Amino acid sequence: MPTKIEKDEITGKATTGHEWDGVKELDTPLPKWWLYVFYATIVWSIGYYVLYPAWPSFSSYTTGALNYSARSDIARDLREQAQQRAPFVDRIRAASLEQIRSDPQLLGFTMAGGRSVFAENCAACHGSGGSGAKGFPNLADDDWLWGGDLEAIHTTIRTGIRSSHPDSRLSQMPRFGLDGMLTTAQINDVAEYVLSLSTIDTDKAATQRGTAIFSENCAVCHGDKGQGNLEVGAPNLSDKIWLYGGDKRSVTQIIANSRNGVMPAWADRLDEATIKMLAVYVHSLGGGR
Amino acid sequence: MPDGTAPLTPATADAAPSIREQRTEQPLYAGRIKVYPKKIGGTFRRLKWAVLTLCLGLYYVVPWLRWDRGPHAPNQAVLLDLPGHRGYFFDIEIWPQEIYFLAGLMILGALSLFLVSSLFGRLWCGYACPQTVWTDLFMWVERLIEGDRNARMKLDQLPWSLAKVARKVAKHFAWLVIAVATGGAWVMYYVDAPTATRAFFTGKASTELYFFVGLFTATTYILAGWAREQVCTYMCPWPRFQAAMFDEQTLTVTYRAWRGEKRGKHKTGDSWEGRGDCVDCRQCVMVCPTGIDIRDGQQMECIGCSLCIDACNGVMDKVGRPRGLIAFDTLIGASAPAAPVNWARRLLRPRVLVYAAMLLLVSAVVLTAFAMRTTVEVSVLRDRSPVFVTLSNGSIRNGYTFKILNKTREAHRYALDITGIGGAAINVVGADGVTPVGETVMLEAQPDAVATYRLYVAAPRPELAGESTPLHFHLTDLMTGSTAAYQSVFLGPKR
Repeated sequence: MPTKIEKDEITGKATTGHEWDGVKELDTPLPKWWLYVFYATIVWSIGYYVLYPAWPSFSSYTTGALNYSARSDIARDLREQAQQRAPFVDRIRAASLEQIRSDPQLLGFTMAGGRSVFAENCAACHGSGGSGAKGFPNLADDDWLWGGDLEAIHTTIRTGIRSSHPDSRLSQMPRFGLDGMLTTAQINDVAEYVLSLSTIDTDKAATQRGTAIFSENCAVCHGDKGQGNLEVGAPNLSDKIWLYGGDKRSVTQIIANSRNGVMPAWADRLDEATIKMLAVYVHSLGGGR
Repeated sequence: MPDGTAPLTPATADAAPSIREQRTEQPLYAGRIKVYPKKIGGTFRRLKWAVLTLCLGLYYVVPWLRWDRGPHAPNQAVLLDLPGHRGYFFDIEIWPQEIYFLAGLMILGALSLFLVSSLFGRLWCGYACPQTVWTDLFMWVERLIEGDRNARMKLDQLPWSLAKVARKVAKHFAWLVIAVATGGAWVMYYVDAPTATRAFFTGKASTELYFFVGLFTATTYILAGWAREQVCTYMCPWPRFQAAMFDEQTLTVTYRAWRGEKRGKHKTGDSWEGRGDCVDCRQCVMVCPTGIDIRDGQQMECIGCSLCIDACNGVMDKVGRPRGLIAFDTLIGASAPAAPVNWARRLLRPRVLVYAAMLLLVSAVVLTAFAMRTTVEVSVLRDRSPVFVTLSNGSIRNGYTFKILNKTREAHRYALDITGIGGAAINVVGADGVTPVGETVMLEAQPDAVATYRLYVAAPRPELAGESTPLHFHLTDLMTGSTAAYQSVFLGPKR
């Protein structure tokens, strides 16, 4: 609050009465044109009220003469975008996966689209960069369960793994412990053998005993050297990549109880062009064959 | 320019009141009191004309200078090509990545302004500021069409007649022509000048071009024709904070009150005893472009143009008193008779030394950076997702986006090496297979372009120093031999 409005001795002007540590403020008039600029903004705002949505009412709002709304703007933008994309989508639908990959224009469109579709649908389990997690395969490494070429990836996305799709990729690892197929001691031995395949130090005697058990029970799917089989989605047991962990406990548990991961089929959820884009995108993450 | 020994007008405040004297009331809002600066000649006026000619000359001519850069490159000497992401200044070509040079120039400009202000006062405001330069030009046009101070004042008081309308229309038309030329020249710094000029006059230029010419036409016309001293007094922040650079050793336009007072009319033959040299002719007020009375002391409105010095010197010559009643002097020098100039005190002030040191330092940094500028640069972005990938043979792989900035006008080939991790192998995505460990990778970049490559670097796990290992990328231009390096890191699992 102004308290001491007084006349400044030097300038002869009145002060505003405001004082800070002895510094007083002169009551200098504002220029008139400044005031007119302020009036102009008021006039501008009236024009704005008339043209654009402005005032709320109980159930709605004044829509303005231009009938503008950000929502309809976005809807229009999306329609236009879909129209611009349509020719690309048609070309992708008609092209083979290899053709998409070798056409720079299609590839650019596919990578951009694939990235966003991947983030929406796949990243929840496989991670934003396809790096996976325990139980969810890493799509960026060079190890594949069901094959890492374009066609294999495409099929996997389309039909899923152990999904409800009629053509789903199917295989089942037996529960060697739960179903009493192997004794606890045998499971221990074969686990030692499996770990030895990845050049991990193991109990030599147990490994020796496990060799025979492996040949009888596991080699059918996982191969006689544990190299895996893409046909049945049997993991390679001789490399350094473990889906459920590479320690003794994890391996033992899987042999005893089995693990059968499920991936949904996307054929019913995404259209064919989108699935193709996804396949090419996943192939590019670093592990594509 | 004619010299300014104008006839002395009656020495009354009524004849030439300053803005301060005219503003008798103190309303909430005050209208602008029009200033009618009188024509004046003299040393400072000639200096002002010279600076004005130089500034305007540079401004209007520079976009038309040509500079051959070979095919596929603009031949305009000074061009800020915004869509093309390039800045051209004669032989220098700046990329958006080098915008810090522009920032450096701006910092240098600001520091120079601080240094000059602390030494010489408002040289910028009075001589080189665009607001001053264009206002001066507009006032000159105004004087040509409507006459000098008295004629203009009379014209404004006359009732509207055909002759008055004709003069006013002529003046505003001339102003608008200058304004269009000003707005036009501005956009020429962003587009090719001859092409844009042709397009402008044939109506084929882009809407943006017309818009910006219109915008700068409007600002020039309004600021130099109508707003004038209002810009300096009310809009510009610079007069408000430049006081921080001033002290009693800063040169400024000052009235030597000890010599001038007691002021009063003087008739030829009267004695000068017991009175001051100021004859109260008010020439200093009449010539002032901001309408102040310099004899009132230091005022924020004073832009330091020194025209009042010219006016006063002319009067002093006439009445036979020494020049310099109003002078370009320090407050110390102007406060007492015959104070000797202490040059050490004037030049070796802390603020002068600090500004000079900062100016030297920043200049050195900018010049060094500029001297070390190369025609090839690399930028490496490490993948964040996934941070790293374990491969089936147990080695660790990191992904990088590798960009080569080829600032030359030819396609170049480069050799890429990495050091820091033994046994690290590079795989260029899209190329055939992995380059064997220890061999260089060949990359290419198109002329005047950024080449982007995706690289995978795989390293055996025992070679890694831990979670993070430094990884150096070295790029060698196979044609010029110039090199570029980038230090990134290689991330892996915990030990």
